[in-house]
Amino acid sequence: MKIAVCVSHVPDTAAKIMVGADGKKIDSNGVAFVLNPYDEYAIEEALKLKEKTGGEVIAISVGGEANKESIRKALAMGIDSAVLLREDDDRDSSGIATALADEIKAQEIELVFFGKQSVDFDNSITGQLTAEILGYNCVSVAVAFSLEGNEITAEREIEGGREVIKTSLPAVITAQKGLNEPRYASLKGIMSAKKKVIEEKTAAPYIKNVELISMKKPASKQAGRILGSDASAVPELVNLLRTEAKVI
Amino acid sequence: MEKFIGVDYYNVESLLTEEEILIRNSVREFVDKEIIPIIEQNYREGVFPKHLVQKMAELGIFGMTLPAKYGCAELNNVAYGLVMQELERGDSGLRSFASVQSGLVMYPIYKFGSEEQRAKLLPLLAQGSVIGCFGLTEPDYGSNPGGMITKAEKLDGGYILNGTKMWITNGTIADIAIVWAKLNGVVKGFIVEKGIEGFTAPEMKGKHSLRASVTSELIFQDVFVPESHLLPNASGLKSPLMCLNQARYGIAWGVVGSMMATYDTALKYAKSRIQFSKPIAGYQLTQNKLVFMLTEITKAQLLNLQMAKLKDAGKVKHTQISLAKRNNCELALDIARMAREILGANGILDEYPVMRHSANLESVKTYEGTHEMHTLIIGEDITGLAAFD
Repeated sequence: MKIAVCVSHVPDTAAKIMVGADGKKIDSNGVAFVLNPYDEYAIEEALKLKEKTGGEVIAISVGGEANKESIRKALAMGIDSAVLLREDDDRDSSGIATALADEIKAQEIELVFFGKQSVDFDNSITGQLTAEILGYNCVSVAVAFSLEGNEITAEREIEGGREVIKTSLPAVITAQKGLNEPRYASLKGIMSAKKKVIEEKTAAPYIKNVELISMKKPASKQAGRILGSDASAVPELVNLLRTEAKVI
Repeated sequence: MEKFIGVDYYNVESLLTEEEILIRNSVREFVDKEIIPIIEQNYREGVFPKHLVQKMAELGIFGMTLPAKYGCAELNNVAYGLVMQELERGDSGLRSFASVQSGLVMYPIYKFGSEEQRAKLLPLLAQGSVIGCFGLTEPDYGSNPGGMITKAEKLDGGYILNGTKMWITNGTIADIAIVWAKLNGVVKGFIVEKGIEGFTAPEMKGKHSLRASVTSELIFQDVFVPESHLLPNASGLKSPLMCLNQARYGIAWGVVGSMMATYDTALKYAKSRIQFSKPIAGYQLTQNKLVFMLTEITKAQLLNLQMAKLKDAGKVKHTQISLAKRNNCELALDIARMAREILGANGILDEYPVMRHSANLESVKTYEGTHEMHTLIIGEDITGLAAFD
């Protein structure tokens, strides 16, 4: 069985993000990029399944040269090979899903894992859109997954509990934290990743549905006000909580 | 806790290959997730986190520079150094474990062992299913290992060992010990298995340093070691000293990890700790300390990298490794103490890693050749005059 994992290359969650000069992109100067953390759960689940049932796992990513860094990490974790769908412009989620669906269809892959969201734009929709384009079943934000024959049993976290879902292949699963404990890329895995192939193709064309107009940082927090340091400040505090903050 | 993103003022990263960066990042992540959350408690209780042995083995840390045919990762010395650096950012005890297993147990078996010994033991040591230790130092022979009194006597089919070793990392938990003993006055190496009659390895208690690491005595009373357990290609004091060179190399890198941990802690603390009207990072005396720390870290990083390149080219001199070990350990300790000063009273609490690193570094500065001995080794090299026998 051939399994795909779709991976993205995103700014490190610890990075300090600044808006670039054009006001439409982040300033990537000095920002470290990493494999999207949720994609690690997707990779782990695909590798676990492969270890159980055999087969092959490929990673697919849409983007430029830099994405290879995250693809290498996926290969180092144990993914067999990868396809980079080249696109140097920024695509919206539907543009990315179009490219991924095109490749998944061409390779006739029936089981696809995604991270539940990419921590760059956080749209949390690429997996679902890809399933929709392909006409595949979809379980999003999965915290448990098993496959018996063609039958999938998955669990999702819902308010106050979990729901159990049954569906069948072909399917897209988007992975939530808790689905598994992703493995570390081992030193041997990293060295053998060097020999694995990253095939490059042009990303399939798409229709631009969404345009990013501008980006701005949230307004910086205003400094607090000190009304006093003893009991005499209490009446004014109560007054302001009532009239200004309107919380009591 | 805020994620550690490294200390790299001179873009030293640009001198690393993509694989070297991936390796460092993978071990960095391992340290953040597996070591840092638990280590303070292990340290407080004086317990080695033995469950991490298997995880370090799965990562491929043990014997990582040795050939793939023995189940090792066959990496270069830059990668090896980076791994040691990251481990010691977690704790010197964990780095010590990996140093001993790799540089003092797997290396001598690879270098001085028979093909049979290599093929049997190296894969097991790489997998972490066999733990090793290295017995050279004795209660009365530290800086002068050549004076050792542990003795081997030839018998039919093997040897009888008698003597005591001290300050042996991993001793009590080890399945095998690489033991150095004099046979007719010449230092020889033996593989001694745990459980063999007459061999005991009691743990040494009462340490204020390396508390998350096992330190032991090895006691040999008429221990019979079969002929097949002699390391056939080791002869003379030079052989164990070659092993120490491996360990010293790892230490020179490792302590830079410790420097990064204490500097990073001090910097974050100084930026958030307000005294009088502003964060203490805004005062000149604190800035002076932080700049000293960063400068020394940067110098040590570049020193290590060039040492690694020399080692990979087979051109490194043991005196160059002595210089890096000597310098980096001393500076790591200075930096840890300065970090403690910046943290004020908070610096002594185990809420912060500073005091633990500082206490660990007292050992690290001393073992595998004291600061003083490395001074004399380099002194002899540049003057041609030995200041010791």
